[in-house]
Amino acid sequence: MSMEYQKILAKYADTPGGMLEAFHAIQEELSFLPEEAIIEASKVFGQPAIEAYGVAGFYSMFSTEPRGENIIRICESAPCHIAGASRVVASLEKELGISMGEITADGKFSLEFTQCVGQCQATPVITINGKPFYDVSPEAIPDILAEFR
Amino acid sequence: MAEEMRIVLRNYGKIDPFKLDDYLAVGGYDSLKAAREMDRFELIEEVRAANLRGRGGAGFNCGAKWSFAYQTEADQKYVVCNADEGEPGTYKDRLIMEGDPHSLLEGMAICGYAIGANKGYIYCRGEYPQAVNILKQAIAQAEEQGLLEDFSIEVRQGAGAYVCGEETALIESLEGKRGEPRIKPPYPPISGLWGKPTIVNNVETFANIPAILENGAAWFANIGTPFYPGTKIVTLTGDVVNKTFFEVPTDTTIREIIYDFGGGIKDGKEFKAVQIGGTSGAFIPAANLDSIIGFDHLVSIGACLGSGAVFVLDETRDLVDIAVQIAKFFSHESCGKCSPCREGTVRLQDLLDKINNNQGVAADLPLLNKLGKVMSYSCFCGLGQAAPIPMLTTLEHFPADYMAKIG
Repeated sequence: MSMEYQKILAKYADTPGGMLEAFHAIQEELSFLPEEAIIEASKVFGQPAIEAYGVAGFYSMFSTEPRGENIIRICESAPCHIAGASRVVASLEKELGISMGEITADGKFSLEFTQCVGQCQATPVITINGKPFYDVSPEAIPDILAEFR
Repeated sequence: MAEEMRIVLRNYGKIDPFKLDDYLAVGGYDSLKAAREMDRFELIEEVRAANLRGRGGAGFNCGAKWSFAYQTEADQKYVVCNADEGEPGTYKDRLIMEGDPHSLLEGMAICGYAIGANKGYIYCRGEYPQAVNILKQAIAQAEEQGLLEDFSIEVRQGAGAYVCGEETALIESLEGKRGEPRIKPPYPPISGLWGKPTIVNNVETFANIPAILENGAAWFANIGTPFYPGTKIVTLTGDVVNKTFFEVPTDTTIREIIYDFGGGIKDGKEFKAVQIGGTSGAFIPAANLDSIIGFDHLVSIGACLGSGAVFVLDETRDLVDIAVQIAKFFSHESCGKCSPCREGTVRLQDLLDKINNNQGVAADLPLLNKLGKVMSYSCFCGLGQAAPIPMLTTLEHFPADYMAKIG
């Protein structure tokens, strides 16, 4: 693991303001930002560790905790809310046997809330690993998940 | 019946965004060539005369903004595109980036020439990986053919922070830091990215530029309302028959948007309220539906055009429930830099939650009003200042929804 994030960080070392890009790239590989990677990033970008932690903690797409292999995000902004997002949440929780913010025991899925993902022509919307699913109904959840199981 | 008019979406759905040749075939990059033949000052005057006002929500005259960066002497200047489209209910910038990326690149390159900048950044929200992919390919194609000449463009991804739509927070984030807004002045055209003169414009603003240069400032200034000419992409959501997008002249009325373009209220129900400009926008009652969407007209009815999101609610909707959801959004998105916003957004959510759970008392309503007003003038940036607007306007226009929950 350490090799991977060091290699990634080295790639962005000369990019001005590249810490966010580097964090995205690390998460692409590891799904989250391990503490060692954040500390290493602070050295690579010549910042105190507190600054690197500050960046990791500020943005909702960065996680300092391990996450599931597949990250399911449910939009809870107003247009999705009135289109029935809470029923989709209930269906996901039931189907996966976990609550929002948790990871399945097999490490396959994380359930997270998100704000608007900009696909409001087809509410409610969920994303799985960044890919949007449109006009999601509670009944459609088992079929959508089957693809990732 | 009101009709669509496509300027920024002129190529949307007609060209293949992955094919530069498609864009060139419809006259793409001709405006950039023409701009480079012009004197920089005259070019900026042309943009100013078109009276194109920022499409990100603030409505500042684009040419005037460019002139500040043009006049500021520096060894390095930057052009930044704000593609951090986080306003709930909005997806107009995604349409442009995914459907016609080169019109954005061309607009940025024209700005770069005008102000004397050779470096551009597109700060695209992390939720749009497809747009990032398309933009990167478009940039590579344009650079390969030498169309951008000495101007280079890089795409950077946000990471899920609504506040980064605020231009100085966006700049902080581009610098690799927490996206907390800076104190203004100095404004970015004087001192922006890494302290250098920087123009930050929205995607839709840049995409207008090639068309303005192609057809002339006078052509543009005569479209829609003269105070905010041109068109606006509107994204329509909520309880309407057609949840879709369209681009309309700025003298189109709210009623035309909901009933002509939107097909009216879904399931034969009655209209109750419409929120314009995104989740930070005001809720507008039926009495104001004949207002046009032009920037100043909406301001005069206590609203704001913002991003152009139009969120429609039918007669069955409980506005307190929706206000709670919006308050939750703001308490989550508050960056924590200033206490009126950090604390205020949480208290706002608490109070609204309490009322929504039928535990409110009559004294909570004046308290909400006071909290909202204090936030509107004491919060550091637009996020906190706008956060109470949905509550204040629902309370003003739809007090019955609140009263029904208070014993």
